[in-house]
Amino acid sequence: MKLHVSTTVNGDAAEFLTDPGTTLLDALRDELGLTGSKEGCGSGDCGACSVIVDGRLVCSCLMLAAEAEGKRIETIEGLARHGELHPIQQKFLEHAALQCGFCTPGLIVASKALLDANPDPTEEEARYWLAGNLCRCTGYDKVIRAVLDAAAELRQERRVA
Amino acid sequence: MAQFNYVAPSSVDEAISALASAPTARVLAGGTDLIVQMKAGRVRPATVVDVKRVPGAVGIQKAADGGYVIGAATSGAVLGEHATLPRDWPGVVEAANLIGSTQVQGRASLGGNLCNASPAADSVPGLIAARAVCVIVGPAGRREAPVETIQVSPGRTSLQPGEFVLEFRLPPRPKRASDAYLRLIPRTEMDIAVVGAGVSLALGDDGKIAEAHVSLGAVAPTSLLVGPAGAALVGGKLDEASLAALDAAARAACNPIDDKRGTIDYRTKIAGVLARRVATIAYARAEAR
Amino acid sequence: MTDVLDRQQTETHFATVGTRPIRPDGVDKVTGRAAFGADFVMPGMIWGRILRSPYAHARILGIDTRKALALPGVKAVVTGADFPDLASEIIEGGEAASNSRDMAVNVIARDKALYEGHAVAAVAAISPAIAEAALELIEVSYEPLAHVIDVEAAMAPDAPLLHSHIFTEGLEERPKLPSNIARKHQFVRGDVDAALAAAEVRVEGRYTTKAVHQGYIEPHACVASMSEDGQGHVWCSSQGHFMVRSYCAKVLGVEISNIKVTPAEIGGGFGGKTTIYLEPIALALSRIADAPVKLVMTRDEVFRATGPTSGGVIEVKLGAKKDGTITAAEVELKFQAGAFPGSPVGTACMTALACYDIPNFRIVGWDVVTNSPKTAAYRAPGAPISAFGVECALDELAQKLGMDPVDLRDKNGARDGVKAAYGPTFQNIAFLDTLARIRQHPNYHVPLKANQGRGVAAGFWFNVGGESTGAVRVSDDGTLTVATGNPDIGGSRAGMAMMAAEVFGVPVDNVRVTVPDTQSIGYSMLTGGSRTTFAVGMAVVRASEKVVADLKKRAAGIWQVAEDQVAWKNGEAICLDPAKADAKPLTLKGLAAQSGRTGGPIQAEVSLNAQGAGPGFAVHSCDVEVDPETGHVTVLRYTAAQDVGRAIHPSYVEGQLQGGAAQGVGWALNEEYIFDAEGRMENAGFLDYRVPVASDLPMIDTVLIETAPNPRHPFGAKGVGEAPIVPPLAAVANAVSAAIGVRMTDLPLSPPKIRAALDAKKA
Repeated sequence: MKLHVSTTVNGDAAEFLTDPGTTLLDALRDELGLTGSKEGCGSGDCGACSVIVDGRLVCSCLMLAAEAEGKRIETIEGLARHGELHPIQQKFLEHAALQCGFCTPGLIVASKALLDANPDPTEEEARYWLAGNLCRCTGYDKVIRAVLDAAAELRQERRVA
Repeated sequence: MAQFNYVAPSSVDEAISALASAPTARVLAGGTDLIVQMKAGRVRPATVVDVKRVPGAVGIQKAADGGYVIGAATSGAVLGEHATLPRDWPGVVEAANLIGSTQVQGRASLGGNLCNASPAADSVPGLIAARAVCVIVGPAGRREAPVETIQVSPGRTSLQPGEFVLEFRLPPRPKRASDAYLRLIPRTEMDIAVVGAGVSLALGDDGKIAEAHVSLGAVAPTSLLVGPAGAALVGGKLDEASLAALDAAARAACNPIDDKRGTIDYRTKIAGVLARRVATIAYARAEAR
Repeated sequence: MTDVLDRQQTETHFATVGTRPIRPDGVDKVTGRAAFGADFVMPGMIWGRILRSPYAHARILGIDTRKALALPGVKAVVTGADFPDLASEIIEGGEAASNSRDMAVNVIARDKALYEGHAVAAVAAISPAIAEAALELIEVSYEPLAHVIDVEAAMAPDAPLLHSHIFTEGLEERPKLPSNIARKHQFVRGDVDAALAAAEVRVEGRYTTKAVHQGYIEPHACVASMSEDGQGHVWCSSQGHFMVRSYCAKVLGVEISNIKVTPAEIGGGFGGKTTIYLEPIALALSRIADAPVKLVMTRDEVFRATGPTSGGVIEVKLGAKKDGTITAAEVELKFQAGAFPGSPVGTACMTALACYDIPNFRIVGWDVVTNSPKTAAYRAPGAPISAFGVECALDELAQKLGMDPVDLRDKNGARDGVKAAYGPTFQNIAFLDTLARIRQHPNYHVPLKANQGRGVAAGFWFNVGGESTGAVRVSDDGTLTVATGNPDIGGSRAGMAMMAAEVFGVPVDNVRVTVPDTQSIGYSMLTGGSRTTFAVGMAVVRASEKVVADLKKRAAGIWQVAEDQVAWKNGEAICLDPAKADAKPLTLKGLAAQSGRTGGPIQAEVSLNAQGAGPGFAVHSCDVEVDPETGHVTVLRYTAAQDVGRAIHPSYVEGQLQGGAAQGVGWALNEEYIFDAEGRMENAGFLDYRVPVASDLPMIDTVLIETAPNPRHPFGAKGVGEAPIVPPLAAVANAVSAAIGVRMTDLPLSPPKIRAALDAKKA
């Protein structure tokens, strides 16, 4: 018996029918065509499926699509606005903080959640926050540099604003 | 996943009925254990009861007696962000906040962690040391039970069919009291505890330990309340002799297994090491209050 | 931070090479647009799932698929019987040669399941749920057999036998009985027995490692469509779509030209995606179902059914003079190959002593089949394992001699003119410079506190060249498109764009890079072997040079001057003829606009077989702190230095060093395949297969050595991707051994092992 889900994704109303057993990740990718969130493990250990639900960073592979009813969901596809990359995205490019790019959407979403919660993280705080986002290519060095640089830029923007 | 019914009741009674409707029905709080197990085919509930809309299941309140009432489906992230709970019960909160990643923290709950009944559950030793109590609702009504009575064996709880944990109650806190939780994992994050240790203690006006509770995780089929370990601390100021007695009592209580995460010998030794360290932290926190 | 050493005086100043532009495919990757293997959808697509053996070793007595076929929504079911039986044949195409019969049987089992997870059957259905349900309806009748996974147990004469056709190769006499020992490798120089006996100082050690997985975050995935006319199309992420094409053709028994492969973006490979698992199955299902089939592995399947690298035993004996000159080395390696022959023990042998100039050695390697997944290439295949043993033994030798470990390596280090242990004579190498930069680095001089230790290790990888194609086209507006046949696994598009931009003298933003399908570009060997920047770059540069020559010729025609009167500089043709002093330079854009009148479209495609890849020498230094009560290891500091020839894009070169180092740290501390008594993997997920997380590592400082550019590459580049994973196992182990005062020889160095070593030391 299919369930009907009404939710908001990246600010837009989204509706779909789903099996109870479909995860939010599968619904985003297969029902809504938003393939930016990735499945790396399906068990909440790699963070490649990271999305933000009602302001909270979660693994979408560990949430049933049915639970999205009435919620506000943000995915990687919602970060860039009006043809402009989000500063975190820009810094990832400048610092070469990606190699294969598969973990990158999850890392960027998780980094956004970090900087929303803590605009001035230390290196250690950033590393522990992002411990749930596995990267096998970079060794995390340039990722952390990108995140800390983006934090500085966002703090600057807020001062100027 | 095998087919199932998903329901999201908005009252306690609806939730109880849904749970009682099928012997394999399971509660869904954060899903960070249940969904993993359902995907792996280890668990095949006919009905999944999402309790997050049940009044009382999510949220943190101060009770009339000064203690806390915590909705069992409240996420670890919400616990950690509360204005006063981390200050009053740092051990309970840090234990809960060690479960998994930031993403997992956005969903994982005390109720889920307890009722999943893994011997290595991080939040359970923190709750046991704190002398937390579960408020359980079910077909027979409402009852309370100490947290340490819930886990029966790996994967099994003492809950009756149709019952679920609605809330946790933390007792009112004496003035100079605090708690702490430590675990040993091979990496720095993300691992299941190889050993977990929680200590809660209260100091008298003379600075001596008036009350002490020690709980160990991942060293037995369930999390343990180790009476002798707590007793070893009472009456002193955490001198080397009492720490040594604590270490020995902790090790004596261990009944671990060899598995892919640790050996019997290692877990037992580390139980003693962590008990000392976590008691030291709890004591320093209590002194600072 | 990065520290780039003094450049050669003869070096030209480059405009683009050596800078750090944003990669051309970067925006797609940070916005989630880039399409990886599982992101493709095709109209009418259905879903595939694979049934896998629950037994580590079993005869397959029969498979009954009738109930599965009868389930509504199921469109196809296949078993090994639906695939041709191939003769044993070695085919090129991957990073190393493969046996096509073994590969085909690994894709789907025939008469035996050889490891837990071995594919036994597959279904395609109109929804994932129906496909999943159909799997449960397939009835497989197994006769479980005794299994063996430990490499030495598999070598024992009474071990359970995996294949009755394996008679150890490489022995003086072919054995009478089959065994699990597929091959013996041996490399000998001088008289090692005499030299060891005569040595003034000797060390001896036995080192062991477990199987580890490449751990790419993207599981294998493909969408395949086989039409009724026998034309197949595969979209998949891989390290080489030409390899996918030829391997699929082999396994299915069809012609190569009947299969087109379109490369998806690839979410990590590290060698593990230089072979195929899903694609022939998806094509076979699609052929029956008359619909495209999507087949994606779960993480569990990735661990249970795709090649890790070997676990092994490394036994090392070193003999030296008191002044530190190493006179003798004996190395014996025993490697798990998994279910079919082909562990990387051969390359492990060849690289084991490659950093050093040792007059007498014997290196023996055993390739042994075991009931575990068939090993696949993992970044410098085999080299990290043999280096672990050799570099730890060197550490022990340095201690015995009272020598600094860097000095010991310097004294015996390979330099130009030295005949490498594996054959060729080294030219244009900078191993000694690399050692020196580690010794000079501030990290090497940070004072160590209690329970802290420092470890150093070196490593080598050959790097390869190989068949490569690059095509360059000039668009009407003067922008450039570069096409290659090589999937971009780490930012190679940036390097290609930069090299082309350098040749043309234009901004790198004017260059687009594309990786077309197998029908649209010339053949290229896969992306691996640290060859892409070197060999594919060479093809791109040669194609660019051809286009520049063509442009100069066209300009000469326009100006009516001799061809040698035209120069090309900064994206323009310049007239050198004094008689035409008023001839203004012709830009790329201007020439492109006139292309119709000057000979038609401006483009060139170059295919070549690149030779002369410069080998990679890496030296790493690692500081750790050990909690003596728990055995927990914290990595405090890590420095990776490497002879890179010339860094085309330094950020991505640094990234290779950092990524390889991180994988090595995980290999040293926490990663391992754990099997239960039935031969089933116990930790087939990222919870208990513990790769490093962000909080496990410090910043990884890198040093790029550019004192010996590769003369065979237009810009001096050497391969860089693989050498970084070779030193870390020993660097970490040496650091831990120093911190606790006990030689650690068994990886991974998990906390219980370290605590046990400390307890034993106290006792």
